[in-house]
Order: sequence, then structure tokens, then C-alpha cells
Amino acid sequence: MLLGFPLLSLVIWLPVLIGLLVFATGGDRNAPMARLIAIIGSVLGFLVAIPLYTQFDPALSTMQFVEKHVWFERFNVHYHLGVDGISMPLILLNCFTTPLVVMAGWEVIRERVSQYMGAFLVMSGIVNGVFSSLDTILFYTFWEASLIPMFLIIGIWGGPNRVYAAIKFFLYTLLGSLLMLVAFIYLYQASDGSFSILDYHHLPLPIEPQILIFLAFLLAFAVKVPMWPVHTWLPDAHVEAPTGGSVLLAAILLKMGGYGFLRFSLPIVPDASQYLAGMMIALSLIAVVYIGLVALMQVDMKKLIAYSSIAHMGFVTLGFFLFNAYGLEGAMVQMISHGFISAAMFLCVGVLYDRLHSRQIADYGGVVNKMPVFAAFFMLFAMANAGLPGTSGFVGEFMVIMGAVKVNFWYAFLAATTLIFGAAYTLWLYKRVIFGEVASPAVEGLKDISKREFAILAILAISVLWLGVYPFPLTEVMHATVNELLVHVANSKL
Amino acid sequence: MDFLPPDFSPAYPEIFLLVMVCVVMLADLVAGENRRYIAYLLSQMALFGCALLTFITFSAETTYTFSGMFVDDAMADILKLMVYITVAAVLVYSRSYISVRGMFTGEFFSLVLFATLGMMVMISASHFLTLYLGLELLSLSLYALVALQRDNATATEAAMKFFVLGALASGFLLYGMSMVYGATGSLHVASVSEAIKTGALNHEVLVVGLVFIVAGISFKLSAAPFHMWAPDVYQGAPTAITLFIGSAPKLAAFGFVMRLLVDGLGEMVADWQGMLIILAVMSMAVGNIAAIAQTNIKRMLAYSTISHMGFLILGFISADTNGYSSAMFYVISYVLMTLGTFAIIMILSREGFEAENIDDFKGLNKRNPWYAFVTMLLMLSMAGIPPMIGFYAKLSVLQAVLSAGFIWLAIVAVLLSVIGAFYYLRIVKLMYFDEPVSNEPILPQGDVKVLISVNGLAVIALGIFPQMLMGLSLYAIQNSM
Repeated sequence: MLLGFPLLSLVIWLPVLIGLLVFATGGDRNAPMARLIAIIGSVLGFLVAIPLYTQFDPALSTMQFVEKHVWFERFNVHYHLGVDGISMPLILLNCFTTPLVVMAGWEVIRERVSQYMGAFLVMSGIVNGVFSSLDTILFYTFWEASLIPMFLIIGIWGGPNRVYAAIKFFLYTLLGSLLMLVAFIYLYQASDGSFSILDYHHLPLPIEPQILIFLAFLLAFAVKVPMWPVHTWLPDAHVEAPTGGSVLLAAILLKMGGYGFLRFSLPIVPDASQYLAGMMIALSLIAVVYIGLVALMQVDMKKLIAYSSIAHMGFVTLGFFLFNAYGLEGAMVQMISHGFISAAMFLCVGVLYDRLHSRQIADYGGVVNKMPVFAAFFMLFAMANAGLPGTSGFVGEFMVIMGAVKVNFWYAFLAATTLIFGAAYTLWLYKRVIFGEVASPAVEGLKDISKREFAILAILAISVLWLGVYPFPLTEVMHATVNELLVHVANSKL
Repeated sequence: MDFLPPDFSPAYPEIFLLVMVCVVMLADLVAGENRRYIAYLLSQMALFGCALLTFITFSAETTYTFSGMFVDDAMADILKLMVYITVAAVLVYSRSYISVRGMFTGEFFSLVLFATLGMMVMISASHFLTLYLGLELLSLSLYALVALQRDNATATEAAMKFFVLGALASGFLLYGMSMVYGATGSLHVASVSEAIKTGALNHEVLVVGLVFIVAGISFKLSAAPFHMWAPDVYQGAPTAITLFIGSAPKLAAFGFVMRLLVDGLGEMVADWQGMLIILAVMSMAVGNIAAIAQTNIKRMLAYSTISHMGFLILGFISADTNGYSSAMFYVISYVLMTLGTFAIIMILSREGFEAENIDDFKGLNKRNPWYAFVTMLLMLSMAGIPPMIGFYAKLSVLQAVLSAGFIWLAIVAVLLSVIGAFYYLRIVKLMYFDEPVSNEPILPQGDVKVLISVNGLAVIALGIFPQMLMGLSLYAIQNSM
């Protein structure tokens, strides 16, 4: 291990600084330079994050790569960073996604290129900060700051209804997180002046405050995940966001909510988590079943995938509140796998949208005749989204269902319906868009994917298959942390 | 009887400023039409000199002078330094705005300096009469400043409103003070506090006096339900004057509340705590909700000020060092944000055109990405989004409120600030998502350009490193209690 080297700080601040550099290239005259710096910066950002994996000790359940400095003494706030088996894979996922979104916007974004590319890089650094903060105020700072670039990405480069979507996205998330802030300050008082997350993990609390804190956390994280019934911002945001924005939103930002449950709700208020587990499972199952049905009825491709995201994230929250190793690890695998698959699905839709400027399923049909390579990729990702064995989508869902069987057969039964609904909406989408007769002269004129698009989709295809066939490298690093978390949650803090 | 002259040293900055105001007036008289900049330079020098004097005589010790009517302590010095910086920035920002509107005159500068002197007296007063004197010096200068453009009908109307309501508020305040005098037999802040501590006083008289004092203070702070004047005055006054009214006097008002409520009537905390809670909640509600409906940017900022004053008042509720220092940090960061915001409005204005509607911000990102970015920082800071300073200010106040056990109050405050976030975001939306309506170049002068950039970056830099201002506020309060 590289003792003393501030690796996490580098992973956070390198993309931010390069992002600022990209901003500094200024107007669209320098667009090629902005693109170049952005791609170099994002790849560099991924490369510096790799030691987090290679140097990680999977046997330890404690925080690694820890950095701790006083940030401001007035409230005893520290610049305290560290990762464990839960956060490290998410950081890697984020660093992996950033070059892809930069490439996805390469030719498509023609206006204010430097601002677009810079926003994604700054965002990447901020999200790394969210996943590695061990101080609540530091965490909250990154958490809220991540709203700003996303707000601008949706609002500047989004679709016709982008202003509504951007403001809804911002205010919805802000509302959720401010109550979390109140909970943090309450914990600060209760712990005699500490904002450290790790201190809170060992802070005894009576059941009533625990429930209130749980609810405050729930609002913040449930909005982010998003869970039914606070999911309504997501379809709007996805539909209006540019492709890169949708990818980032689905692959990374939703995971912030899931991560929040693991880092805050479960360990800080374990008794309330157990107490309210029934409610959480019910909400998750509603998301899986009901939102799955809603996805069936969509006529807009992006909306369909957005609803499918909500259903898949329902699996994640379901896994968290089963309180067994299968459920928890399955949920973690599902988060990472959904990061790859949803990114790929949105990129596929983006490929079509860039050519035809329509997201309506009805405008397509017979695309396979014109874009065979693309159709093959899309096939793979659609199958993964439906949870086909051999793809990463299967592993997580299967593990969560296994976990659910142990708790209650009917939980597992309802959760398993996703294998039917998921297949139904994804494959039906695929059938209507790709197969059939060539639907219109516009489809007739389609060109198959370029090398750039091929590269992006190929990288994701490899990841999806690799994780589906051999998930061990991922489960290995999270194993110790997950077990530790389960032991921790089982101990009452009353 | 021997006459011992009082110790003048704690009041050197005030005395120096008074002399300089006279110099400015005389110099402007002599200099004539084409050399108005002399008054400007002299004013800046006066402020610099005051800062130097305050800085040199700075000590953590508390000294009283003029028979205990005037106090010089750490809080006074720090607040005064903030006032000098703020006023100097106001002068820089408003220079070109007032010169194209025919207000670049000696009167402007001498009135601004007189108002500054009033603020300094308010901050350093330890006697009810000194407090009142300072307040009136400030208020009268402000009334005159609002009406400085004689031919401007809206400004004159605003000045009238400001004057009538302000005079009423001063009356309230005086009446309250007289009640307190009646009950305690003293006007010295320290002896009033001592007298109340004995507990052998007529509590009813004191409480009635307190009600009037709190009402008077609320007028000056523009806290709801005594806020009616603020939107009209903010909108009616020339933007440079609005900038002045909205910034430095809030620092003085903070000092005023500290001297009057905390130092003087601190023993009656149980009585004023409830009143402040009502004021705070109403201000945040009225300010944030009414601001949504505004299309005039200055009016919107007036409502935003009202909601910020609500938050500021929250800091006093916990009635301890923690709370007061949070409130002080809040007011300093508020002033920083207000300065920048009005400065942006002024550079968007030009000869014959007032940037007054929020639509004038449309497409600013296309016209000038840097100013759009600075404005975005300011707006997000006002909305309380980290890592801007506004968030840390809200954090410290909320922390004080929770430490006093008012969880519901903290929840109300954050819910109302979500509503507030909407109208700040609307400005960001206009700048970034909309197309510009005019393509006039934005050409501020060199020093304004630099200062706005510094101002905007300070909002984020002091947010990333909040310890400096937080520590300063804590130090000031700890050494003055």
C-alpha cells in the first residue's frame, strides 16, 4: 500500500482541476482543444483510480487509503477520506464512466463544448468525493455540489422541456438532502460535537430519534435512488438530459442514493432500519413490480429505460433491507452492473437519437437492416437489462432473489416477476425498434455506428460480459465489508 | 471642580472619519465640477485611514470611554473593519453608475461617510442614547441618499416611504427605551443589565418596553411583519444606493442588536426569545414566498434580504456565544453576497438603461461567461448550496438552533429555504438556459472588474475555507461577552 500518499485526494481533485482547465479554454473556437484535454483528463482520472483496486486489501473491513486533516475547527469538521469494499467499486465505476460520457459527447455537442466537457470532469471529481468522504459535512458538501454541474448539463444541453426537468431535479434533491442535513446536525449534538461518520456508527441512540433520523435519511436517499413514490423527477430528467447526462445520471448519481443507505442508514440507525425494514421492502417491491408495468407502456425509449432503471434500483434497496449477505452483496453487484447496463442502454438510444432526432419508439423499426453492428450490441445490452444469465444483470438479481427466499418466499416471488416484466419491456422495445420492416425513409438513410461509438459500446459490452461470467473480482473486495456491516446492523444501538 | 478630559483613544477612528467628512465636503466645494474624483479619492483614503487606526488600536480588551457611553471591544473592531471594507467596495462598485446618472457629487460621498460614522457609533455604543444617535445618523443619511436624484419620482417616493416608516420605527425604539429607563432608572447598557439581574423590577413595564424595542429593531432589520418598506425602497432607490442600504447597515444592525438585546436586555432572554422566533419564521416565510412572484430583480433581492434577516435572527435564539457568533458569521457572509449581486446588476446597467428586471439576466452566459459564472456562485451561495459560503453560514445558524433544542424550527427553516432556492435558481436558469435579449457588451472599469471577480471568488473560497471568518466571529463574540 502506498502509505501516506494522498491517493484519494488525487482521485477527487485531478478531474476537478482538469475540468477547470477545460473551462479555461473558453469559447467554441477552442473546442478541439477542450475535447482533447477532457479525454486525456478523464482517462488520467481513471488511471489514477486503478491503484485503489490493486492496492486494496480485501481482507480488511476497515477504511483504507485514509486521509484526515482538520478542515474547520469551529465545528470540528475534518477533511476525512477513506474507502472500504462498498465505496471503492463505486469510485472505480465513476472513473470508468467519465471517459465514456466524454466520448459520447465528442461530436454531438457543438455548442459551448468547453463548458460541457468541463462540467463532466468536475462532476466526476465531486462524485468521487461523495463516495470517499468520512465526514458528514464534507460528504454533504460534495453531495450538494454534485447538483450544480448536473443542473447545468440538463438545462443547457437538454431537450425542449429541459428547464422544467432541470429545476425539478434540483429542487427535489435539495428538499430531500436538507432534512438529512438537519439529521446530521442533530447527530452532531448527540455525539458531543463530532461530524465523523465513523463516530456515528458507534453512537448509541434511543429508538425514537433513530426512526426520525432514518426517515430524514430516507427522504434524501430515496429521492436519489429513486424509490417509488418519489421517483417522478427521474423520467423527466432522463428524457430531457443529453445522452451523456442520462448516462451519468443512471450509472452514477442513482448509486449515490444506494450508497447513502449503506454508509448512513444501516450502520447509524440499525434498529430503526430493522424496525422499518417491512416498509422499505414493500416500497422496493412496488418499484420492481409496478414500475416494471409502467415501463411496459412507454412510447418514448428514454422514458422506458428510465423506468427500467427505477425498477432495477428497487432490487438494490430490496437487497439492502433483507439483512443477509446474499441480499447485500447482490444489491452491490446490481448497483455496479446497472451502472454498466443503463449506461449502455442510454448510449444505444443516444446513437439512434443522434441520427434521427427522435426518441419515439414508433418512429423506428427495421433498424437492423441498416445498422447490423449496432443491432448486435443493442441485443446484448437488452438481454443484460432483462437479466439473461451470463450477463452482469443476472448475477445481482439472482443473488437478491436468493437472499429474499431466505426471508420470505413471497418477497422472492414478487421480486422474480421482474425477470418476466424486464424481459417483456426490454425485448418488446428491441423488437419494435430493431426488427420488422424498415419503417420510414429516415430509417432507410441510417448509417451504422462509427469507430468512436463502436469503441464505447465494445468497452461496455466487455464489462457486462466479464461481470456476468466472473463476478469474483468484484465480490471479493466487498465481502469483508459486507460481512462487517451485517454484524454491525445485527447489534442493537439502543 | 476639575474637568478631566475623557480618553479619546477608543474613538480615534470615529473622530478621524468625522474630520475627513468635513474635509471631503470642503475639498469638493473648492475642487469644482471637473475634479469630483478628488472627493472619491479622499473618501477612500478616509476609510483606509479608519481601517488603519482600528487595526493599530486593536486589542481583545474592552475599554469604555465618555463616561461609559462608548465601548471599544473586539466585536466592535472586527465589525467596523468589515464596515470599512464594505463601504469601500460600495464606492468602487457605484462610481461609474452614479457618474453617468449625475450623482457623482460631494454630497454622495459625504452622506455615505456620515452613514458610515453612524454605523460605527451604533457598533460601539454602550448607552441607549449613543445607540439612538448612531442609528439616527445612519438613517437620516440614508433617507437623503435615497432622495439624492431630485428629479427621480420613484426615488423620491421611496425616500418618503423610507423616512416616514423609519421615523415611526425610531419612535417605537425611543418609546421602548424610555420604558426600560422607567423600570431600571438607567440608560447605560451595563447598568440596565445589572438592574434587571436583581429581579426586583416591574416586569410588566420592562416587557412592554422590550416589545417596542424589538419592533423598532425589526423595522431596521426589515424583518417581517415590519418589512413593508424594504421592497419599495430597494426598488425605488438608485441601484448604487440600494447596494449601500442592503450591505453595510446590516453589519451595524447586527452590532445594534447585540448591544441592545444581548448586552442590555440579555437577562430577559426568556421574553425576547419567543418574539424572535415569530419574527424569524415570518421573515423566512414572507421573504421566500413573496420573492417567487417578483419580476423586478431589486424587489426580489429585497424579499431575499427579508428571508436572510429571518435566518440571521435565528442565530440569536439560542442566546449563547455559539449562536451569536453564528449570526455574526451569517451577517458577514450575507453582506459579501449582497455586494457582489448588486455589483452585477450595476454593470449590466448603462447610460440610459437600468437593469431592473430579472429578464435582463437572460443569456448572460453567452454575453459574458465569466460574469455569468460569478453570478451563479452568488445565487447558489444565497440559496445555501455548498461549497459556497452561504451554506456554511446556514449550517452554523442551524447548528445553533438545534443546540437550543428547536428541532422543528430548524426543519421549518430548511423547508423554507428550499422554496428560496427556486428563485435563485431562476436567475441561474435565465443566465444559462435562455437566449440573450440584448447583445450590448458589458464593459466595467478595470478596478470594478477585478473587485467583482475577487468578490465572486471570495464567496467560494471562504466557503471552502470557512474557518477564517467563523473563527473571527467566534473570537469577536467570546472577547466581548
